Amino acid sequence: MCNFASKVTTSNNSMALNPDTNVATMQNVVVRFSGDSGDGMQLAGTIFTNVSASVGNQVSTFPDYPAEIRAPQGSLSGVSGFQVSLGTDVFTPGDTCDVLVAMNAAALKRNYKIVKPSGLIILDSDSCKEVDLKKAEFQTLDPIAELDIKCEVMQVSLTTQTKAALEGTGLDLKSMMKCRNVFALGLMCWLFDRPIERARQMLREKFAKKPAIFEANAKVLDAGYNYGANTHASTSTYRIESPAATPGIYTDINGNKATAWGLIMASERSGRPLFLGSYPITPATDILHELAKRKDLGVKAVQMEDEIAGICSAIGAAFAGSLAVTSTSGPGLALKGEAMGLAVMAELPLVVIDVQRGGPSTGLPTKTEQTDLMQALYGRNGESPLCVVAPQSPTDCFDMAFEASRIALEHMTPVILLSDAFIGNGSSAWRVPEADEYPEIHAPILPTEKADGTWKPYERNADGVRYWAIPGTEGAMHRLGGLEKDARTSVISNDPVNHEQMVYARRQKVANIANDIPLQQVFFNEEGKADTLLVGWGGTYGHLRTAAAELNAQGENVAFTHLRYINPLPCNFAEIMSNYKRVIVAELNTGMLADYLQSMHPNTEIYRINKIQGQPFMVSELVAKVKEIIK
Amino acid sequence: MENQQYTAQNYKSDQNVRWCAGCGDHAALSCLHKAMAELGVPPHMTAVISGIGCSSRLPYYCNTYGFHTIHGRAAAVATGFKLANPQMTVWQVSGDGDGLAIGGNHFIHALRRNIDINILLLNNKIYGLTKGQYSPTSPRGFVSKSSPYGTVEDPFVPAELAFGARATFFARSIDVELDNTRECLVAAARHKGAAVTEVLQNCVIFNNGIHAGVADKAVRAERTITLHHGEKMLFGKDKEYGLVQNGFGLKAVKLGEDGYTIDDVLVHDAHCQDDFLHRSLALMDGETLPLAIGVIRDVEAPSYNDALEQQIERVRKYSDLRSMILAGETWTVD
Repeated sequence: MCNFASKVTTSNNSMALNPDTNVATMQNVVVRFSGDSGDGMQLAGTIFTNVSASVGNQVSTFPDYPAEIRAPQGSLSGVSGFQVSLGTDVFTPGDTCDVLVAMNAAALKRNYKIVKPSGLIILDSDSCKEVDLKKAEFQTLDPIAELDIKCEVMQVSLTTQTKAALEGTGLDLKSMMKCRNVFALGLMCWLFDRPIERARQMLREKFAKKPAIFEANAKVLDAGYNYGANTHASTSTYRIESPAATPGIYTDINGNKATAWGLIMASERSGRPLFLGSYPITPATDILHELAKRKDLGVKAVQMEDEIAGICSAIGAAFAGSLAVTSTSGPGLALKGEAMGLAVMAELPLVVIDVQRGGPSTGLPTKTEQTDLMQALYGRNGESPLCVVAPQSPTDCFDMAFEASRIALEHMTPVILLSDAFIGNGSSAWRVPEADEYPEIHAPILPTEKADGTWKPYERNADGVRYWAIPGTEGAMHRLGGLEKDARTSVISNDPVNHEQMVYARRQKVANIANDIPLQQVFFNEEGKADTLLVGWGGTYGHLRTAAAELNAQGENVAFTHLRYINPLPCNFAEIMSNYKRVIVAELNTGMLADYLQSMHPNTEIYRINKIQGQPFMVSELVAKVKEIIK
Repeated sequence: MENQQYTAQNYKSDQNVRWCAGCGDHAALSCLHKAMAELGVPPHMTAVISGIGCSSRLPYYCNTYGFHTIHGRAAAVATGFKLANPQMTVWQVSGDGDGLAIGGNHFIHALRRNIDINILLLNNKIYGLTKGQYSPTSPRGFVSKSSPYGTVEDPFVPAELAFGARATFFARSIDVELDNTRECLVAAARHKGAAVTEVLQNCVIFNNGIHAGVADKAVRAERTITLHHGEKMLFGKDKEYGLVQNGFGLKAVKLGEDGYTIDDVLVHDAHCQDDFLHRSLALMDGETLPLAIGVIRDVEAPSYNDALEQQIERVRKYSDLRSMILAGETWTVD
């Protein structure tokens, strides 16, 4: 049997064995659960994450699942994974993992490369029989040797143990097999000294409506925990360091749920009721799911007949006086283009959420990319500027959904929120905000004294923003539409000079938002020594920040800045750009932000780091590429 | 008139109506203004939402809340509007292209959902604003700029499409039948749920006389039948004809001939849940049987907007986001 503790302590100085108590203390650790897409890896991973977060660890997760709901059992294409990084200063789910749980041969083959040399693989030996090995396309009967795996492998007869734990329960074999993931969970709880009562409680909530299934899972959870304790009685367990967190009440949240909640917060702070018109699409559907549940808070979430109806119903709701939202992914954003133009023209507040995935066309529906930036900025007919913002982490989805709503409501404009599959599905511990922690939002509702029957809908205030007259208000009846309107009278106009004036008015209105967003921050250049600036945007923040920290730790003076507001850019961004000899833009596309910035800064030499593999960056590859550029 | 507070004038905007002289849309607009006055819903509680096309200019001519949206999407915009602001009376104006071609999907789903909007479908069987292409209601063989050798496809019958989508209200009129149009629109607005009023409308420029076979004064009395709920289905100049059951279908007979008397004539029941006879009535085309105008179907069913409000009321549990979150799985850091 392996001794994981001694393995890890010898190979990585961030982990130190405490000789007195025989408890390995680790600053952070990465665990990956992998198995068939029907094996319940997402559930085991989520519970392990939540239990860890509840004991104070920072967490960052990466669910990595195939597009097929149930690919052929045991096949390489059907492998589903859930990776979590735990500890302090956790910004990413990790490039490589310390512990891999492989529920079958295919999972082993798919994931063994990302296990650190010092790591541990826990393998279900019952699922590595000849037939399993064949399905996973092994040539020999010894997968460990065939893959030349050098790290420790703990072979556990996980299936047999699970069945044994459930003997006499009367459960059928199929139901028994569904509990294997919880055996692995129990084992991991033992290995990392997690409070098993918390895990049991979460299972009880998960199976609240199926008490027999809960009982079975609780038994298997104990069996997994005890298996670890009994067979490794003398082995160390591990203590993962927790950061000193801001006091408060915490919960686990993924990016999509955070997005939904941020919208609700904006609705509360603006007093405008929340309306969602949407259509299911991976990986954005969870936002619809969450807001549909939130009818218990009065949210009106409507599943419309298609993407276009989703946005059009939201535009109707915006005209009617709601904080109106539509949620989608790239293909849906393409379908919504014409309607976004209508919202631009009618100058209505609207939040359009795009949880980006791999494209073009259907592309890689479950994988992450940042390839919709150009579509968000320019994907409409005519001169149709709108505001584009991008959250940088799962929890930041809350803040940026709030910001998108605030900007939409206060500036009477559509706003696109560019999230992505990585942060949408990834989760973190999040402090529940106090009731008044977020600012009030003041939409420019038409003042009563102006509702005298003479008000013109395209009349603007000092910020270039028009008023919002809520239908039902006496004396404020008005007509909006997609046809160009006269700047003065607000009626249909084909006048050439007027059209140009209106184009600039709409453009200026969006540009003015720059005065109403935070200034851009730069990290790792407190002493002003850096001549290289690493720039990122959206969901890559964790990897880029960690890479920048690593570079600086290695003595490279690389400053780092990360954009959350893309159109308009923060007021000070141009100046920041001009302060550096070299600007490197890293993004998960072929260089869309780089092109956008280059068009505004033609004299700056912009270097690019690009990856279009449907996967997030790895910190190690970022560090290597930045070094290559600056050497 | 049951409400004298408003007249048609209150619903007219100050904009010059820009449709061609002789266009059937003028009559439909005038009937809509009168229907609005008759309903007595104040202008500020009324919204008119349209798509794109000649008829979709209509909201600009109403002194109500109005929204001229994009091609085909009026039903979706109107749906969101009604759900967000259910106290408003919502009219949707679409042509046959806007409503049944590019907007066909939203049309059927608005009906299936039974959202409480009043759809005014102005059917001139042609694309007017793009200057004369065939539409999804143009007859097979129709010659137009985009079908110079005649179309090789069958049209929709709007009523059939509506019933297929489980419409709870369908009425039909002809632009020249002013009283009937107004009555249909009033009934549509009073109906709780999605209501379609099809108005056969003449396009004087690109499809002049398309409805002449039923609309011409000389033939109208014999080629159309005006239906009223609870009344015998009679037609003809002197109401000398009636509709009777004929096996599995309908037959037009002359009273006093072949032994038929007034007792044999069917009484119209717009409120019958079974839509079998409604379909038969709606498919009469003025050739062998008279074209039916008036309210053909008007049955009660839960509207989507009411059901949504009631569901929210039933499941509503939390006053704010924070209390909702705190009721779930959390932990405290001191």
